[in-house]
Amino acid sequence: MSTETLRAWLDERIGLQYLIELARKKDVPLHRHTIWYYFGGMTLFLFVVQVVTGILLLLYYRPSAENAFESVQFIMTDVEFGWLIRSIHSWSANLMIATLMIHMFSAYFLKAYRRPRELTWMSGVLLLGLALAFGFSGYLLPWNKLAFFATKVGTDIAGDLPVIGPFLLRFLRGGDDVTGATLTRFFGFHVAILPALTTFVLALHLLLVQKHGMSVPPSLTSHNLPRMKFFPNFFLRDLIGWILAVGVLAALAALFPWQLGEKADPFAPAPAGIKPEWYFLFMFQTLKLLPGRILFIEGEVIGILAFVIGGIVWLLVPFLDRPEENSRRTRWFTFAGIVLVIYIATMTIVGYLS
Amino acid sequence: MNTDIHRQRGFSCADCHGGDPATDDPTESMNPRKGFIARPAPKDVPAFCGRCHSSADLMKKFNPALRVDQEREYFTSVHGKRLRAGDTKVATCIACHGAHGVRKINDPLSPVYPLNVAETCASCHAKADYMAGYRIAHDQYDKYKRSVHARMLYEQQDLSAPTCNDCHGNHGATPPGVTSVANVCGQCHTRQSSLFQNSPHKAAFDALQLAECTQCHGNHDVLSPRDDMLGVTPPAVCITCHREGDRGYQIAEKMRQRIEELKRRLHEATEILDRAERAGMEVSRAKFELNETRDALTHARVLVHSFSLDELESVIGPGLQQADRVYRAGQAALAELSFRRKGLGVSLFFILFLALLVYLKIRDLEGR
Repeated sequence: MSTETLRAWLDERIGLQYLIELARKKDVPLHRHTIWYYFGGMTLFLFVVQVVTGILLLLYYRPSAENAFESVQFIMTDVEFGWLIRSIHSWSANLMIATLMIHMFSAYFLKAYRRPRELTWMSGVLLLGLALAFGFSGYLLPWNKLAFFATKVGTDIAGDLPVIGPFLLRFLRGGDDVTGATLTRFFGFHVAILPALTTFVLALHLLLVQKHGMSVPPSLTSHNLPRMKFFPNFFLRDLIGWILAVGVLAALAALFPWQLGEKADPFAPAPAGIKPEWYFLFMFQTLKLLPGRILFIEGEVIGILAFVIGGIVWLLVPFLDRPEENSRRTRWFTFAGIVLVIYIATMTIVGYLS
Repeated sequence: MNTDIHRQRGFSCADCHGGDPATDDPTESMNPRKGFIARPAPKDVPAFCGRCHSSADLMKKFNPALRVDQEREYFTSVHGKRLRAGDTKVATCIACHGAHGVRKINDPLSPVYPLNVAETCASCHAKADYMAGYRIAHDQYDKYKRSVHARMLYEQQDLSAPTCNDCHGNHGATPPGVTSVANVCGQCHTRQSSLFQNSPHKAAFDALQLAECTQCHGNHDVLSPRDDMLGVTPPAVCITCHREGDRGYQIAEKMRQRIEELKRRLHEATEILDRAERAGMEVSRAKFELNETRDALTHARVLVHSFSLDELESVIGPGLQQADRVYRAGQAALAELSFRRKGLGVSLFFILFLALLVYLKIRDLEGR
């Protein structure tokens, strides 16, 4: 069967020609901010790395309080290249959240959420939430001391929410305490529920990007910008980034293998100076700095509510800002974004140093 | 008086001192004809307390678990015997327990609470002038404070660590004799004691009239045992009796060598695992397995008391084998580390080469 016949056969069944046309049509505007377009693709690539390495880890991982730690230890020591897969999974998770943040803030500052891309932004914010949930649930799976107490503290914070807090705490933990039930539950979230949700939201996000094409910053819309074909030109540039990312991940895994630590002991005291992963650190540090009581309400509860409201506001940014009018309001949003970045960076650094 | 256990249990002054509690007139209530005893003479103190404390029937009503033979036991002690002989300087019940304000022995403020016993004994035994006529040392307390036993008791607050009465007895306080020292130490150090009893040293020590454990370890100033107590170079205790050329000398020398060998190999294995761990390798299993060698070292140090090379070797041999296995695991981890680094180098070469190819492809595409 020749290539031509195969193509015709496929075209008749799945509309291959249409897909090829779509890919041909896709292009990327070239301007001084084009660099930021790479970060979405990089995040997507790292997500694919997570899926592949995660599936490989599933071949050996055993999700129970009795076996989890030992099975990860087995992966790290006895499984051929297990150390590489596990370290890449851990490092890639962190890099993915980093590139996701860069991608999100670049979209924010370039006002890429303006009409008609509101849903693209919102699906992106949902993906951020899903990525954080992936991080939080995956962190517990090795069942080591740090993970155990980080989960205890994290779920405690969720339990402080008014009204739904106690329910949420029990729902997350599968009981009153962090136990093997929590581990099994988090495993279910991490390898079934979150991937299913992410697949759906990610597909929507990519579909919308495909539909609307690349957003051009408001300051450049009037210019007649040169455009680059996505296939093959921009895609090949993406590819270079991905290949280099594989190199970086390999180097991190070989030179700084992800530590396993000690097995969790529910009866041991929490390790001193326990901290969450870096992407939660700014929130954690904020809660630590809040006073015990603010106007008859616990400071921590106010903080948690502020983060919830902040998240909702962040989701609704496209409806609150009006970038197309280039008004004072949109300049205020830019300024607020800068303040937010400075705040997150400062709190993260303070959290690390404290 | 308010803190006194007798008072708390409802006893009045008259219950001990006699007299008539029914009247407020002091001459009547404290009338010797009515049995009033203001202050018992030292020789009468044991009987004074023993009126109740030696009566099983009475004591059952208040503290059924308390023994009732303290008075009898007291007269078996050096204190009791000397008191009978008319020496009124010796300790009687009230010297240790107090007269008024007697507390339960598990009350931390009681003079006979484990943390306070040594201080209480020292209040007589550490006074040179008080002890002058007795021709016994008065430095026991100072020595004891330097001992491993005192360190456990006072620094680690381990109340099971021995203080004066654990070795000397309390009511029947007597220094353990040459032949009974081993039995006293063996109360806690059972393994060492039984090894010694079955060792060739037992007969030799008995023949020479040497106290067993204390001969090498000292009595009040028992220090933490160290490996250099064993062997043929100072400060080894073996060369106190053994001279070059005799069999004991050779065994002591060999024992020390074997223990040092085990320590050296344990150290090497620990070091290589630490290096691998610092480099990020997962070696926790090997580290756990090294505990077997640590246990072997601890066990070997105990087995020294058998003074038998074969006994020692039965533990040191497997310990060394385990240390070797762990050392090899450490070497394997370092080899794996170097393999990873080389593999990374090779991979990075191909990865960068691939990136270069894609870059050339872009140039080729856009050059056209």
